Amino acid sequence: MADKIDARGLSCPQPVILTNKKIKEMGKGVLEVLVDTDTSRENVSRLASEKGWQVDVKRVDEDYRLVLRKE
Amino acid sequence: MSVIKNFFATRWGIVSAGIFVGVFAPLLQKWGNPGNMGICVACMERDIAGALGLHRAGVVQYIRPEIIGFVLGALIAALLFREFKSRGGSSPIVRFFLGFFAMVGALVFLGCPWRALLRLAGGDGNAILGLAGLTAGIWVGVLFLKSGYTLGRATKVRSFSGWVFPIAMASLLILLLVAPQFGRTAEGTPTGPIFFSSKGPGSQHAPILISLLVGLGVGFLAQRTRLCTMGAIRDVILIKNTHLLSGILGIVGAAFIMNLFLGQFKAGFAGQPLAHTDYLWNFIGMGLSGLAFALAGGCPGRQLFLSGEGDGDAAIFATGMIVGAGFSHNFSMASSAAGPGAYGPIAVIIGLIFCIVVGFTMREKMA
Repeated sequence: MADKIDARGLSCPQPVILTNKKIKEMGKGVLEVLVDTDTSRENVSRLASEKGWQVDVKRVDEDYRLVLRKE
Repeated sequence: MSVIKNFFATRWGIVSAGIFVGVFAPLLQKWGNPGNMGICVACMERDIAGALGLHRAGVVQYIRPEIIGFVLGALIAALLFREFKSRGGSSPIVRFFLGFFAMVGALVFLGCPWRALLRLAGGDGNAILGLAGLTAGIWVGVLFLKSGYTLGRATKVRSFSGWVFPIAMASLLILLLVAPQFGRTAEGTPTGPIFFSSKGPGSQHAPILISLLVGLGVGFLAQRTRLCTMGAIRDVILIKNTHLLSGILGIVGAAFIMNLFLGQFKAGFAGQPLAHTDYLWNFIGMGLSGLAFALAGGCPGRQLFLSGEGDGDAAIFATGMIVGAGFSHNFSMASSAAGPGAYGPIAVIIGLIFCIVVGFTMREKMA
């Protein structure tokens, strides 16, 4: 079971803050982040890529599920 | 479409949006807008408040089509790229007063963050104090964000909700064009309910169609690229990210070159257009705005673009700013070229207290 953050409905920059904190704690592994706006999707993806995490984006209904991976 | 979509999300995308603002703001000034006020969200909302009679400062009354364009341009972009989403319910009344006090602070400095950048690019040294204050305010906001500050989650709401603010803006455009004057003064001359300055900054404006088109262009590009002055400074402090910052560097760089080219650059502190030289209150005024923007998650421009994509909370913030402008002038809180208004400083202090209480009380234990 991957770690999970539900950042839906949170306004910028909270999804980024939560993700940043979590990936710092984890160091590596798989993290799933749920967001509901394109802005949050871009911001979280940008942060994760900069920190060396792979990002996989899937649209789930009206939200986005971002799966972040780092070996 | 996806190639375009991806371009907007890149650094060059946001720099292009910044350059667009930086090129057209000085041009709008050339075409008639007041000095270093080609674009200023706070000043222009203040003029709209005046045109609607929410304040009676006769020199700053005009329905600025740029503001209408910002919202409708963002709406068009959001619809075209399927990002329009009606949402709301994240502490609206708190956001209203954050907008209110953001405006109070902005009118003590005399400008929004964009105008601070444009004033700098026009050679106005007082802008340095404003930008320093803005940064200080955002820095305090970041401290709150780091300690778990949140206004809570927004939820999806019925579609019409997201249309209300864009429709209100379209209605303003109609009021501008129809310009109803069925009020009468004691002498019987027509006046209001829509007021237009006959002198002062409110009387200076580019042709309506040009203002509207530039506004639409800015709204479209800024919605796509998420251009935000507050976010630019916040992201550097918070996550050492310079993506948004490159957008505002685009604004300053382009506006500086344009001002030189158009002969609008004049370096110095004294005698700058629509500005005063009170260093302390330029700093603190913008500091209050910066803190309020950081707590609300966006600069005034960004709030308008979000309003255009269906964000009701951002629309509440923008409404708070317009009401705040009315109060600022009615209560002698707004500055003039002579310096801060009689009650500007005390209003800024009340605003700072409000923001700090919000920062401390609206918290969630970090997961």
